[in-house]
Amino acid sequence: MQKIFKGATIFLDRSDINTDEIIPAKYLTEVTKEALKPYMLEDLKLAGFDPQGEELANARVVVSRQNFGCGSSREHAPWVFEVNGVHTIIAESYARIFRQNMFNGGMLAIELPATDIDKIFALAKLGSVEIDVDLDKQTIAATVADKTTNFNFAISEFDKALVKAGGWVEFADARY
Amino acid sequence: MGKTIAEKIFASHLRDEPFEGTKVLAIDRVLCHEITTPVAIADLEWRGKDRVFDNTKIKAVIDHVTPSKDSKTALQAKMIRDWARRHELKDFFDVGHNGVCHALFPEKGFIHPGFTVIMGDSHTCTHGAFGAFAAGVGTTDLEVGILKGVCAFRQPATIRVNLNGRLADGVYAKDVILFVIGQLGVNGATDRVIEFAGSVVEQMSMEARMTLCNMAIEAGGTCGICMPDRVTVDYLWPFIQEQYATKDEALADFSQWQSDADATYAQVLDFDISTLEPQVTFDYKPDCVKSVGEMAGTAVDQVYIGTCTNGRIEDLRVAASILKGRKISANVRGIVSPATPKIFSAALEEGIIQIFMEAGFCVTNPTCGACLGMSNGVLSAGEVCASTSNRNFNGRMGKGGMVHLMSPATAAATAITGVITDARSL
Repeated sequence: MQKIFKGATIFLDRSDINTDEIIPAKYLTEVTKEALKPYMLEDLKLAGFDPQGEELANARVVVSRQNFGCGSSREHAPWVFEVNGVHTIIAESYARIFRQNMFNGGMLAIELPATDIDKIFALAKLGSVEIDVDLDKQTIAATVADKTTNFNFAISEFDKALVKAGGWVEFADARY
Repeated sequence: MGKTIAEKIFASHLRDEPFEGTKVLAIDRVLCHEITTPVAIADLEWRGKDRVFDNTKIKAVIDHVTPSKDSKTALQAKMIRDWARRHELKDFFDVGHNGVCHALFPEKGFIHPGFTVIMGDSHTCTHGAFGAFAAGVGTTDLEVGILKGVCAFRQPATIRVNLNGRLADGVYAKDVILFVIGQLGVNGATDRVIEFAGSVVEQMSMEARMTLCNMAIEAGGTCGICMPDRVTVDYLWPFIQEQYATKDEALADFSQWQSDADATYAQVLDFDISTLEPQVTFDYKPDCVKSVGEMAGTAVDQVYIGTCTNGRIEDLRVAASILKGRKISANVRGIVSPATPKIFSAALEEGIIQIFMEAGFCVTNPTCGACLGMSNGVLSAGEVCASTSNRNFNGRMGKGGMVHLMSPATAAATAITGVITDARSL
């Protein structure tokens, strides 16, 4: 599946959002990614957040705070985003395994400094935010009410190579 | 310049460095269970690459939901079972022989000092207790591990945690690790190895060291690690006695996996453990930790003793010593899951199972069970569980439930009174 790194953005304003909140363990009995689709962020504890709401259903980009994806190693967490069309996450920091799982699947887990994350969250107060990531230029364009703000991000050569290869299986199979 | 044990293991296993800072390591043990492996198997089949790099280095178990509870879990079990047979895995553990992976695999002697270990399970960090680099990974890393025997890491820096003094009576490894996580925070060791050292660790059994390393991930750590010593040699001796003439010879060999005195650390933390009180979590993050005294009196509906953190024989002995001759509260459902058949068998022989049953506990087969609400022991909304497991996330043991993490001693005392209780007060 072609990954798309742009679109409507949902803001999850909390640190330490864990894998059990992203996809509860009771759904880990599924053996296909598609079967996970209805359960994205079902147990997320966050004021005003509705896991069945339209904002989440339309989202293609998630913005959050620190230590996103902490807890379990379950790749079901990136997969539930993947099958719902969310291929880009932007946060201040990630749990190691979740972050690696995103890149291993050819998706983006972008880290931005706290000051930039604050600025993106501030944009959300102005209206719906559209985000467009340019991986080659390492820029994020955040557009709200026809006004665009740009951010630069850092990414390792390895992570970039994984996204371009389509994931770690493709990269490793070609090389080892 | 000296090296940490993790740096030594990285250097000795380096297969490739495709980009600066990316280390692709040769893996000694690829461990598999039925929750995260089937999707990897299906993907390998779909790619026409249904192969394994080495059927003696890949070990598999069915442990999360076993015996299977419904058609879906039966399919997961069948997928890993058929795969293990198809590739003639030397070690595959099915119903009757299976147990919680992070208790079973060490018990079989599969993990040695200096090994690299991956598994599609975040608590793989447990195996660092043996002086191994052991990291939880996702299904894609697992898949490449199965196919190629390699895994990529950023070289992690190490946090050295010196646990000084000695454990007071009634205080256990679980209390120590909950305290350390409370100090570090759930994000405090992200992309770091946590190296546990000091007199407290030196005096610990392998079981206690596994409890310590098991929860490194709850502080974000890539791996918890203890330096191999005579305790490690004694534990592994039945499995290595043909490799070494004497235990001293084994110890000398294992000693290459010691951090150098002049190794560089990202952080060095010193804690005097002598005055530590039993610890209990509150709220929904494992770094929300208080002393048992501050949590005393909190009512619980269920007590769960078991899991990869605290389902080993030592844990059951401690709980049984408190439960002996007592009955658990009428308001509490007690559940104990010995982590492996060997532990279950030892507990039977030692009369521990009888003590649990006379106290009013339900004894289950070895399985991950209630810990993540996948099979038995699920909480209803509004219910509270005192648990020896490792995660208290919202919904972890069932939607709307609350989990308080604690040692087996505190859990046993809590079962008797029905409220969180300091076992030393009974």
